[in-house]
Amino acid sequence: MNDISDPTSDLPPLTVDGDETGPAISPLREGDDPSKISVASQWTLIWTKFTRNKVAVGAGCVVFFLYFVALFAEVLAPTDPARAQPRLTYAPPQSLAFFTEGENGREWLPHVKGYAMTVDPASLRRSFTVDDGKVIPVGLFVEGTPYKLWGLFPMSTHLIGPLDDKQPMNLLGTDSLGRDLLSRLIYGARISMSIGLIGVISSLVIGTVLGALSGYYGGWVDLAVQRLIEVISAMPTIPLWLGLAAAIPITWSPLKVYFIITLIVSLLAWTSLAREVRGRLFVLKNEDFVTAAILDGSRQRRVIFRHILPSLTSHILAVVTLAIPTMIVAETALSFLGIGLKPPVVSWGVLLQDAQNIRTVATAPWLLIWPSLAVVLAVLSFNFLGDGLRDAADPYES
Amino acid sequence: MLGYIIKRIILMVPTMIGISIIAFLIIQLPPGDYLTSVIARMSDSGQAVDPEEVARLRRIYGLDDPVIVQYWNWITGIVLRGDFGYSFEWGRPVSELIWERMSATLGVSIAALIFVWAVSLPIGIYSAVRRHSIGDHVFTFLGFLGLAIPNFILALTLMYISYKHFGQSVGGLYSKEFIGEPMSFAKFWDLLKHLWIPVVVIGTSGTAALIRILRANLTDELSKPYVITARAKGLREFDVVMKYPVRIALNPFVSAIGWVLPQLISGVTITAIVLNLPTAGPMLIRALVSQDMYLAGSFILLMGLLTLVGMLISDLLLAALDPRIRFT
Repeated sequence: MNDISDPTSDLPPLTVDGDETGPAISPLREGDDPSKISVASQWTLIWTKFTRNKVAVGAGCVVFFLYFVALFAEVLAPTDPARAQPRLTYAPPQSLAFFTEGENGREWLPHVKGYAMTVDPASLRRSFTVDDGKVIPVGLFVEGTPYKLWGLFPMSTHLIGPLDDKQPMNLLGTDSLGRDLLSRLIYGARISMSIGLIGVISSLVIGTVLGALSGYYGGWVDLAVQRLIEVISAMPTIPLWLGLAAAIPITWSPLKVYFIITLIVSLLAWTSLAREVRGRLFVLKNEDFVTAAILDGSRQRRVIFRHILPSLTSHILAVVTLAIPTMIVAETALSFLGIGLKPPVVSWGVLLQDAQNIRTVATAPWLLIWPSLAVVLAVLSFNFLGDGLRDAADPYES
Repeated sequence: MLGYIIKRIILMVPTMIGISIIAFLIIQLPPGDYLTSVIARMSDSGQAVDPEEVARLRRIYGLDDPVIVQYWNWITGIVLRGDFGYSFEWGRPVSELIWERMSATLGVSIAALIFVWAVSLPIGIYSAVRRHSIGDHVFTFLGFLGLAIPNFILALTLMYISYKHFGQSVGGLYSKEFIGEPMSFAKFWDLLKHLWIPVVVIGTSGTAALIRILRANLTDELSKPYVITARAKGLREFDVVMKYPVRIALNPFVSAIGWVLPQLISGVTITAIVLNLPTAGPMLIRALVSQDMYLAGSFILLMGLLTLVGMLISDLLLAALDPRIRFT
């Protein structure tokens, strides 16, 4: 007796080596079950295709990790990013070690080495070297500087830190005020990564609405939107960002500046999204299901937003992912130049401000290296993830 | 062809007006106008400010007019008289300040464009012909890296490396002893020694993008039947690749002027600020920070126009190269 719920059970089994064309999806691989694929939903197909791209999956994990860090910055950071250590300015990174060489041979004791300070008699400048004699034991989930998680829950547990709160632990070194770079980097992730996310949401709204209107109606609406896009994409981005950001009054609160910067960054990014949506709409509006919806008496708004746009979701997702890195770089560049976010706000761009002076970088190269690596890592993984999503967005083409 | 050129130029006019409106908005955006900043500066330095004098100045500069009238005065001043307004920080008309800086920006951008072409053509062809070879993978990886590293971080890194290993500072376009000297061979050589860092910094992301495009286009072309025909009739492999497929795949190189140029000008701006080059960038940011808005707005206007001209040139060249474009 045939199982009615499985429409493929009557079909001849599909072979893997290509003498049977099979359903119009990417070629079958070893381990794919053809009977499952032919009845799979679109999103399952997209997911299957996406997970085949190992680089994109890896990049996705990195992105996920970065947002995780941003979300739990307070717990993950060893200390308060604003806590200055006046005696430890420009202290070099300490490295983590797990064993000590004691009298009884090797002993398990996670620790960092302390600092030894030398003062240059001529310039009176202090420089630090890592002192192998001093051992500062560190541990996981230690009690340290108290904080409020998300500004709500008072806590004092840190994922990693020195067992004795008074001892210094600066895994990535310190800045000109002796603040711990690792903690600042982790808190910076919160601002830098969220600017990309919020910015992309606002440009998504502008881009989708305008792109959908211009693609669906055509005619003069299309012409006007196209001219607008042309004007905006003809402007070199950095001068325009600079011009807009410079108009922010100095007296505004950091939170207000944060939202305005996000808005400025997204104002210029919606164009590529609008183009993508418009192009796809031109193709889709002549499809049968759209005609059917119109014949059913749907109003135009319903046709656009209820019938056409949902079938674009995967493409929009890909474009959005590719737009986030541009925004992260934009915020970093603006803050780096001193007209974006300003201290005491901590973002990766603000951290890079410290690296503007070549002499500072020569004394403390970690101030340039780590924030740059964070930016490049974020941008690279968003790019790879976006490429993977774009390839998977249309699972029916091979 | 003539009809196409005229059509293209007419289409450019609304965009030009749009760019001028954006530049004017940026001038108007900061709270207060330039007279308020002058008054603030005068009272800071202890000078008495006569309210009647202020009212007279406001009338002369038309600051109480509606915004549209102010825009009209500003734009007609630029178009008809070449008058970009007055820079209060420098105490000179803007038009005296910008041209030298803008030509330096244009010069560095063109040098970077040539770099982009010169590097991406051979690498793009190599990557397409030897797909999935080790070299191709290396270039693909470098390309991704080049796209991911922001200009200013690359500039800082190169500065740090050259400071650390060669002990020389790399800012500026000339060494100290050549500033103000007339152009000579030695000065030109010195310029080249300074120019390579900004050119590499600015050109890297454009190069990476162009290599990807060329590789994709050429790969498509190479699998077409006419290539097989050429091979079958016994052409040497070099000719098979170079004679037709490369020529067709070259179109994006021309259209690249259109989209790489805004990117390059943008890149020159921020790189020049980091490396302290005498281009528009450092002057623009200084003008913006001190709210010298006529100077800043003029820079933004001219940079926008420059990219527009770049797009025009690339469209016209494309139409000249490819008849399919001018007849549709």
